[in-house]
Amino acid sequence: MSEWKQVAALEEIPRLGSRVVKTTTQDIAVFRTAEDKVFALHDHCPHKGGPLSQGIVHGDKVTCPLHGWNIGLCDGQAMAPDVGNTACIEVKLENGLVFLKV
Amino acid sequence: MEKMKLVVIGNGMAGMRTVEELLKIAPDLYDITVFGDEPHPNYNRILLSPVLAGEQTVDDIVLNSRDWYAENNITLHAGKRVNKIDRVKRIVYAEDGATFAEYDRLLLATGSKPFILPVPGKELEGVIGFRDISDVDAMIEASNTHKHAVVIGGGLLGLEAANGLAIRGMDVTVVHLHDWLLERQLDSVAGKMLQKSLEDKGLKFLLGKQTEQLIGDNGRVKAVRFKDGQEVPADLVVMAVGIRPNFALAESAGIHCNRGIVVNDTMQTFDPRIYSVGECVSHRGTSYGLVAPLFEMAKVCATHLANFGIGRYTGSVTSTKLKVTGIDLFSAGDFMGNDKTDEIVLHDAVGGVYKKLVLEGDRLVGACLYGDTADGSWYFQMLKDSKEVHEIRDHLMFGQNHLGDAGHKGQTQAAAMPDNAEVCGCNGVCKGTIVKAIKEKGLFSLDDVRKHTKASASCGSCTGLVEQILASCIGGAYQPADTKNKPMCGCTDLNHGEVRAAIRERKFLDIPTVQRELKWRTPNGCASCRPALNYYLISTWPHEAQDDPQSRFINERAHANIQKDGTYSVVPRMLGGITTPDELRAIADAADKYKVPTVKVTGGQRIDLLGVKKDDLPKIWNDLSQAGMVSGHAYGKSIRTVKTCVGAEHCRFGTQLSMAMGVKLEKMLFGMWAPHKVKLAVSGCPRNCAEAGIKDVGVIGLESGYELYVAGNGGIKTDVAQFFCKVQTDEEVMEYSAAFLQLYREEGYYLERTVHYVERVGLDYVKSKVVEDAANRKALYERLQYALQGYQDPWADRVAETPKRRQFELISI
Ligand code: SRM
Ligand SMILES: Cc1cc2nc3c(=O)[nH]c(=O)nc-3n(C[C@H](O)[C@H](O)[C@H](O)COP(=O)(O)OP(=O)(O)OC[C@H]3O[C@@H](n4cnc5c(N)ncnc54)[C@H](O)[C@@H]3O)c2cc1C
Ligand code: SF4
Ligand code: FES
Repeated sequence: MSEWKQVAALEEIPRLGSRVVKTTTQDIAVFRTAEDKVFALHDHCPHKGGPLSQGIVHGDKVTCPLHGWNIGLCDGQAMAPDVGNTACIEVKLENGLVFLKV
Repeated sequence: MEKMKLVVIGNGMAGMRTVEELLKIAPDLYDITVFGDEPHPNYNRILLSPVLAGEQTVDDIVLNSRDWYAENNITLHAGKRVNKIDRVKRIVYAEDGATFAEYDRLLLATGSKPFILPVPGKELEGVIGFRDISDVDAMIEASNTHKHAVVIGGGLLGLEAANGLAIRGMDVTVVHLHDWLLERQLDSVAGKMLQKSLEDKGLKFLLGKQTEQLIGDNGRVKAVRFKDGQEVPADLVVMAVGIRPNFALAESAGIHCNRGIVVNDTMQTFDPRIYSVGECVSHRGTSYGLVAPLFEMAKVCATHLANFGIGRYTGSVTSTKLKVTGIDLFSAGDFMGNDKTDEIVLHDAVGGVYKKLVLEGDRLVGACLYGDTADGSWYFQMLKDSKEVHEIRDHLMFGQNHLGDAGHKGQTQAAAMPDNAEVCGCNGVCKGTIVKAIKEKGLFSLDDVRKHTKASASCGSCTGLVEQILASCIGGAYQPADTKNKPMCGCTDLNHGEVRAAIRERKFLDIPTVQRELKWRTPNGCASCRPALNYYLISTWPHEAQDDPQSRFINERAHANIQKDGTYSVVPRMLGGITTPDELRAIADAADKYKVPTVKVTGGQRIDLLGVKKDDLPKIWNDLSQAGMVSGHAYGKSIRTVKTCVGAEHCRFGTQLSMAMGVKLEKMLFGMWAPHKVKLAVSGCPRNCAEAGIKDVGVIGLESGYELYVAGNGGIKTDVAQFFCKVQTDEEVMEYSAAFLQLYREEGYYLERTVHYVERVGLDYVKSKVVEDAANRKALYERLQYALQGYQDPWADRVAETPKRRQFELISI
């Protein structure tokens, strides 16, 4: 059963940056955009598994640090012409606190 | 809100390219309607020649399928010719009388029409131009049922038509008014060589002939008669004597035309709501007949349609290739020359190679190559950049391959490579894959090929080869990237130089301001412009502009080098490659404590601890700091290492204390960020054991002082450093090196190493700023010292429990 879990305060994630949340099964990258929207993806690039949390965030995309694929934060889809996708994790922001559904 | 309406007349290459560019930058601005005279979706007109020659099919050459129009909500009226534009009501009407469309903006992209000689008999059946799919169909049909073809016009189109018809089994005669073929592309020597090769393929030529009349029989053409009375049989006559911009519709609507639809540098016509691109326009008095300039127009026009109001089209230099399989020819610029120019000519009649380069002063202004066109794009690039060539003039003719031992730049003959030959070693891409992508996806530029195949997208050493493959697949449509005016990235049309200048002149201090003031298209840039902007800001306004870690590549944010498995490497600084037993013990202890899988001596004379987990980084740094070690910046666009040899302290040949000199330099430069990484070396004598000859700054000790070398590079392409000057004292070595590096820091473009910077601005210029101008040298030296003042070791800075440390901590749940 998955449930909402508080993982961090918004200000603990840098703007245009991310933090890594470790669960027993996987690493989750939690991103914060310039407009303070938060997104969460499996921290695993569809190309060769690069840690997306370490990429540069711009708009609602992140550029993978290993070979530069661009991955959409909303849907985990690689931008054309690359093809692939990464799982999204449900995330919400309440009173400045970030929650993940895990 | 209701969207604005954009109507496009002309469903061809320029019009649709503009729509594509527009959709990229402003996908939701317009409701788009396209009218096309031809019953097909947009196809690659250039490839009609291979279709005629049976090398490709019509399906292969479609650029935008009907699905593409539907997916982008574009209404396509294919097979409907527009015959009226009402500029007052802003409505266009099609010939069928039933279809019409209202517009807020109108784009005219009606292309051009083949010029048909005004001779008696021109209306006969079997007399056609070579412009569209219906012409190709008519030619294929004729080749099945008839024998004799005459092509009037020995230009590019005419020869491609003649070649195709001959391959389809017709007996083809090419008639040409001039004394040699392709007189607009080739000089007479190359023209004659071409004629010989085509005759070997079975074509016949009648040169210096003027057509008087086409003779018919039952309504179909039967023969061509010339002014001198001679007649040749002809069941098919293809007129390829030139094209005329198609502007009748615009003119009938009262839009100002002068041998084309007159547009300004923003591609706007005299009616501000109406734009025009493609072969139908007359821009600064010129009309173009090749796609590369049309694509540039399309890009500019799209930015204006999108209301960005940036970018100007200022004209193009074009080059041509003939797309006849087995024949290589290339020409560009002014290849005929005049009384102000010199020529360098190579002519091997037996080997079938002819090359002529035309120079005006120190610059290349024209090139004409026949038989061996491997260096065509290289010459074209120099020509467009109007680069000074005096330094390489004596081997210019022998091509790029011949310039030094060219590392592995791979300037081999692309056309001769087999399909399974690997082109890009980084991404494992073979020639066949690239050719296939170019043909199937309709790619035109190096960037397109990079995006779709990844070839040349990593280290870039195969770029020259990929350019050649492009040129051999798409002929004159290939336009090498304009290295001078290339925009920084897709977020802006400004180039690096313009952005640097704006940051300096308008004193921008942070990235959001730059992006707002310079009208960036994206909300916060992308992974290529943000690191560049961050560097430009901190190097232009040290201690004033704020460094933005989120705009740095992960290595510079984590102060360690990311590995393929997401772990990091740790390289402590060892000034001048010198260490102590205590340091080595501390490294050994740290390696044990953090279970470091690999300990390696690097090529930079220090030790690398590879495979450290990110959350261990602050801990291992803390241990190393206790032993007095600091970051080696092995990860940054920054000072890397100063390699040294043992030198006069121990070596029997040593003339100078190279270790001490190296340590002083490395200390001085600690914390220096740069456009790219910077490496130095100091050798104690000319035997040069520290390899100073391939460093950004190389120092070689002599009895009487030091020799300084600059702009060497030992990486992707080996470039030997160039002699800079001779100095006497250690203090001078520091001052000159620092001044050179500061100039590079202030003027270099992001990701440009010193070798490329010096290549761009010229060594003489750099010498004039650093060696010859003592006051300027001192000022540069002082500016570097000021910028580096108070720099803290980034590792020590992240050991303490501050927000800076947060990124290394995992959140566990
Ligand atoms: C560790 C080291 C190899 C080694 O084990 O010896 C190394 C490792 C890397 N080099 Fe290097 N280079 C290393 C010495 C060199 C040298 C030799 C030297 O410095 O004397 C060169 C040629 C000299 C030169 O730079 O002119 C060299 C030319 C390159 C290049 C090509 C640069 C160029 O402009 O041509 C790259 C690619 C780049 O920077 O874009 C590169 C890139 C890399 C990267 C950072 C690739 C990357 O972006 O991840 C490698 C990181 C590997 C990793 O997993 O951590 N490395 N690299 C060396 C570290 C030296 C140090 O102590 O700092
Ligand atoms: C056989 C051949 C080979 C070529 N090879 C090369 C080459 O190797 N390299 C190179 O750079 N260039 C080459 N070109 C030239 C290149 O194809 C043209 O420069 C390019 O297609 C021009 O684009 P355009 O959009 O201006 O015109 P077009 O592509 O001709 O598009 C104009 C379209 O507008 C339509 N149209 C016109 N009037 C109306 C109207 N009133 N209503 C509706 N529709 C209308 C036409 O039917 C046409 O489809 C070649 C051309 C041909 C014919
Ligand atoms: S260390 Fe350098 S040469 Fe070796 S694989 Fe990595 S980038 Fe290539
Ligand atoms: S692993 Fe992400 S781009 Fe290669």
